[in-house]
Amino acid sequence: MTKILKRLNGKEWMLIFFSLVFIVAQVWLDLKMPDYMKEITELVQKAGNALKDIWIAGGFMLLCALGSMASAVVVGFFAARIGASFSMRLRSELFNRVESFSMEEINRFSTSSLITRSTNDVMQVQMFIAMGLQMIIKAPIMAVWAVTKIMGKGYEWTLVTAAAVGILIAMFILVLIFVVPKFKMMQTLTDNLTRVTRENLMGLRVVRAYNAESYQEGKFDTANKELTDTHLYTSRAMAFMMPVIGLVMSGLSLAIYWIGSYLINQAGLMERLELFSNMVVFSQYAMQVIMAFMMFVMMFVFLPRASVSAKRINEVLETKPAIIEGSGGLTSISGGKPVLPGTVEFKNVSFKYPGAADDVLTDVSFTVKPGETAAFIGSTGSGKSTLINLVPRFFDVTEGEVLVNGVNVKDYKFEELYGKIGYVPQKAVLFKGTVESNVKYGDNDGDVQTAARIAQAAEFVEEMDGKYEAQIAQGGTNVSGGQKQRLAIARAVCRKPDIYVFDDSFSALDYKTDRVLRNALKKETAGVTSLIVAQRIGTIMDADQIIVLDEGRVVGKGTHKELLKDCEVYREIAASQLSEEELGGVKI
Amino acid sequence: MSDENKRYRRPRGPGGGRPGMPVEKAKDFKKTIKQLIVYCKNYMPIIIISLFLAGIGTVLQIIGPDRLRDMTDEILKGFMSSIDMDAITRIGFILVIFYGGSAILTFAQHYIMATITARISKKMRGDISGKINKMPLKYFDGTSFGDVISRVTNDVDTIGTTMNQSIGTLVSAVTMLIGALIMMFLNSWILALTAIGSSIFGFVFMMIIMGKSQKHFSVQQEGLGEINGHIEEVYSGHDIVKVYNGGKEAKRVFEEINGKLYDSAWKSQFLSGLMFPMMGFIGNFGYVAVCVVGAVLAMNGTITFGVIVAFMIYVRLFTQPLSQFAQAAQNLQRTAAAGERVFEFLGEEEMPDESHKVKELSDIKGNVEFRNVHFGYSADKTIINDFSAEVNAGQKIAIVGPTGAGKTTMVNLLMRFYELGGGEILIDGVPMSEVRRENVHEQFCMVLQDTWLFEGTIKDNIIYCKQGVSDEDVVAACKAVGLHHFIRTLPQGYDTVLNDKASLSAGQKQLVTIARAMIQNAPLLILDEATSSVDTRTERIVQSAMDKLTAGRTSFVIAHRLSTIRNADLILVMRDGDIVEKGSHNELLESGGFYAELYNSQFESAS
Repeated sequence: MTKILKRLNGKEWMLIFFSLVFIVAQVWLDLKMPDYMKEITELVQKAGNALKDIWIAGGFMLLCALGSMASAVVVGFFAARIGASFSMRLRSELFNRVESFSMEEINRFSTSSLITRSTNDVMQVQMFIAMGLQMIIKAPIMAVWAVTKIMGKGYEWTLVTAAAVGILIAMFILVLIFVVPKFKMMQTLTDNLTRVTRENLMGLRVVRAYNAESYQEGKFDTANKELTDTHLYTSRAMAFMMPVIGLVMSGLSLAIYWIGSYLINQAGLMERLELFSNMVVFSQYAMQVIMAFMMFVMMFVFLPRASVSAKRINEVLETKPAIIEGSGGLTSISGGKPVLPGTVEFKNVSFKYPGAADDVLTDVSFTVKPGETAAFIGSTGSGKSTLINLVPRFFDVTEGEVLVNGVNVKDYKFEELYGKIGYVPQKAVLFKGTVESNVKYGDNDGDVQTAARIAQAAEFVEEMDGKYEAQIAQGGTNVSGGQKQRLAIARAVCRKPDIYVFDDSFSALDYKTDRVLRNALKKETAGVTSLIVAQRIGTIMDADQIIVLDEGRVVGKGTHKELLKDCEVYREIAASQLSEEELGGVKI
Repeated sequence: MSDENKRYRRPRGPGGGRPGMPVEKAKDFKKTIKQLIVYCKNYMPIIIISLFLAGIGTVLQIIGPDRLRDMTDEILKGFMSSIDMDAITRIGFILVIFYGGSAILTFAQHYIMATITARISKKMRGDISGKINKMPLKYFDGTSFGDVISRVTNDVDTIGTTMNQSIGTLVSAVTMLIGALIMMFLNSWILALTAIGSSIFGFVFMMIIMGKSQKHFSVQQEGLGEINGHIEEVYSGHDIVKVYNGGKEAKRVFEEINGKLYDSAWKSQFLSGLMFPMMGFIGNFGYVAVCVVGAVLAMNGTITFGVIVAFMIYVRLFTQPLSQFAQAAQNLQRTAAAGERVFEFLGEEEMPDESHKVKELSDIKGNVEFRNVHFGYSADKTIINDFSAEVNAGQKIAIVGPTGAGKTTMVNLLMRFYELGGGEILIDGVPMSEVRRENVHEQFCMVLQDTWLFEGTIKDNIIYCKQGVSDEDVVAACKAVGLHHFIRTLPQGYDTVLNDKASLSAGQKQLVTIARAMIQNAPLLILDEATSSVDTRTERIVQSAMDKLTAGRTSFVIAHRLSTIRNADLILVMRDGDIVEKGSHNELLESGGFYAELYNSQFESAS
């Protein structure tokens, strides 16, 4: 928590200081009020010609009350400003930090965790600062000041007050030990219940097909019972707490008066009035002391939650992105001539995910010339997606180098490198906006309609309401999977890159669209290098170069025909998809 | 999924019906409250008892301070001579009894309410969960899961907490208010009016300010929703944002929303924080007003001084419930809004009861006949028109067509997830509609494209709810699908729990679901694009396992890969929801229709 508070800036510290001043003023006024109350009480009892005095005392007391309210309002204003501006900056810092992350950090935290950290956790911290700041500062000042006011006015009373505070603290400690952990458990149990429900909903068809309704309900009942039991425990504990607090507070007043009556009875006549007024004032201050302690303890109940959030935010802010951009501005010369745009070369590349024991890719080397199509095929886990992700530098190679246009990808400035690549992921990503804003996404100034036409998206876009201005919902939920994929391809085309990177981008398309789209790409964007990861042989049969991967190693390189002849792995894959005549009479 | 991920609650989508208002209002408050009372009717007597306890506890609380004043009076009476200690002790013990009694009663009331609301919540959650399995799939295909989940968790939670807090508070607040009013008017009507007047003046003032803050609250909620949406989008599309250099634009939009949010955030925080200082002021204001007016009256001799002392306390007792009212009313509104959504769900139409159907399919051969089948997802739009086909036991039927052609419709109909619009599907000559749905399901093993696994051991996932499956059966099934070796390499083998940490690859998940279907061992088989996420080599292993599985079984296969269905006995070609062609591979190729076009497109070279 303290770590995150260091991120408060000068202005906010200033505001906190001002808040402090006003809080002190407020406490002073709050503690002044019982004095006037006492005065009024005495005046009323004296009777006679005291009306003017009552007016005056009442006026002062009202002034105090007004002043106290005004201070509280000012403090509230400062606190709200501090909380809001701090959370705004925190959110912004988080956003920028996450933006600078490479896929490695993103995967480490997981996207959903990063989202929670940037939204919910920031809200937690904001609430804590806005509410907690006032209480944490106010409680000790109030407690100490009120204690000094009652000190020396009768140790019997002080003792009773201390006992009352002691009882409350003991109770809160018990709550902290026994109830707070249960509160934390509740969250887990609620998550558990949510999980079981989601599970049932996601698998609705399977559940019904296997007649597993009662099986699922059994699981739900278990989760429900666990949650209810914990809930009962906590809410019953809370049911106990409230009356006890009430009892301690009214019991304290009673005790002070009861003891007071003995003290007064024993005292001499002269001291009685002094004792009596002390008793009245004491009971008022004692309440303030108790309230202050309660506030303080409450903060300790809220603190853990906020500090967990703070810790999680800090984790993100303290994480340095592993991939640093190069200095850029390099061009490569090979054999006296500059390397043509669109060249991709892998030189003895090995790759291992951080913390993993084994390589995903081992000693991969190949060169793709400008305008060529290179396809990567292999079984799941053969490393083909990982390989293609090294080109836009989502990860850095463990050994060897990846060269784009003859320059190591590590030497480029990010924008420079990305500018050369038209990347389409396996799962198409669309953003909230319009068709056009999605196709023209980022630093893109190409022609949207041409791109859509090449990506075979024009037809359905024209049918949409508003055509290229048609709204796309968040996550692209209002277009089908195949349409999403075509828009994602249009985005890559629109950018006019040197190199296309298609990470299994065609599987969501049916064969016909797949073929027409690839034809159009070949014709209309000739000269652009394509790197394609594919599952279907049909998609890559006509590639200039097919690279077959098996367990991270290149086991075959060549054209479809060549590979059918000499690559066992490729033949197996082909045989599972094509019939003999389609294989061109090659015997397996 | 990580822990936090589950904790993260998706904001409700449009149509989720939760506008960004601080207090959501039910469409029909009265009706919902009535429904809620009917729902809780078994608990009603206990609830009434607990409310009665709350009332008595409050009365004791009102009388308490009165006796404390008596004690003060006793002290003052004996000021000049000697205090009547017996009287003091008597009052003291009465007070101890009062305070103790009040505390016990309040505790009892809280305890009872806490218990009851927890039980009601449990019942509600259970009912919703049970309801899910009684509703037609149609409902869920048109609703987001998040919406249903939030009814089970958020809405029921809201009902539980608000009921727990608001009902007891409401009763004690009413008792307190009435009690304080009675005591005040009994003592002095002028002072009573003064106290009421000054408090109400304060509250009107407060209402005005609170009213203003509502607007900022809703702006803040909107802003939060907007910024959460943006963050979610940018984080999930991180790779795209990066590669397309979209980071700058994303940041610009972010800062814009963030700035807007700052404005509404501090305003709403500030205004809501005003509540407490203002409450304090209203209390003090009433105090001074009573003192001043009381003093005037005392000087006229209308009242005694003791009355003023009593009023000082009553003013506080009177203002306290006023602010509780506002909160309890808000809470009740929330209860009603959440309750409305829960009851709306519980009131949804269920699948027709089939317990009267006595006909039973058992030991079937596996002949399936489609007889003049008509179907449409909505009544006014029929997509399958008069489809008839006969399938003999053991045959393989392939369903093909481009994406979105409605291939899953066939699964929906075969499994009776949806009811036919007309015609009949017969299994061994028995119309499916004449037997219970569960009985239909028993005849099928099913492997869907979306692999569905739950948090549990691999073994549990494979056996699922099938009774009497031995470990050997599981191992045999896993060996058949080529999963055995992999499972053996896992730390706990077959007892490895599948969760966030131990996740399988898409292909492995698929294999688990295939193994599950094998264990099910039903005479009919549905394969919905089952192998599309298994890589081609694994697919061959799976395929051979499938061949074993399909032997002697009537199987319906839906796949993109034409090679896998080439040896099908019957191919159904679907387009735009309807079945446009049927026949064998060669027949269809010869006829040169849609299938031929689809098939040939696969092998044309992209030159």
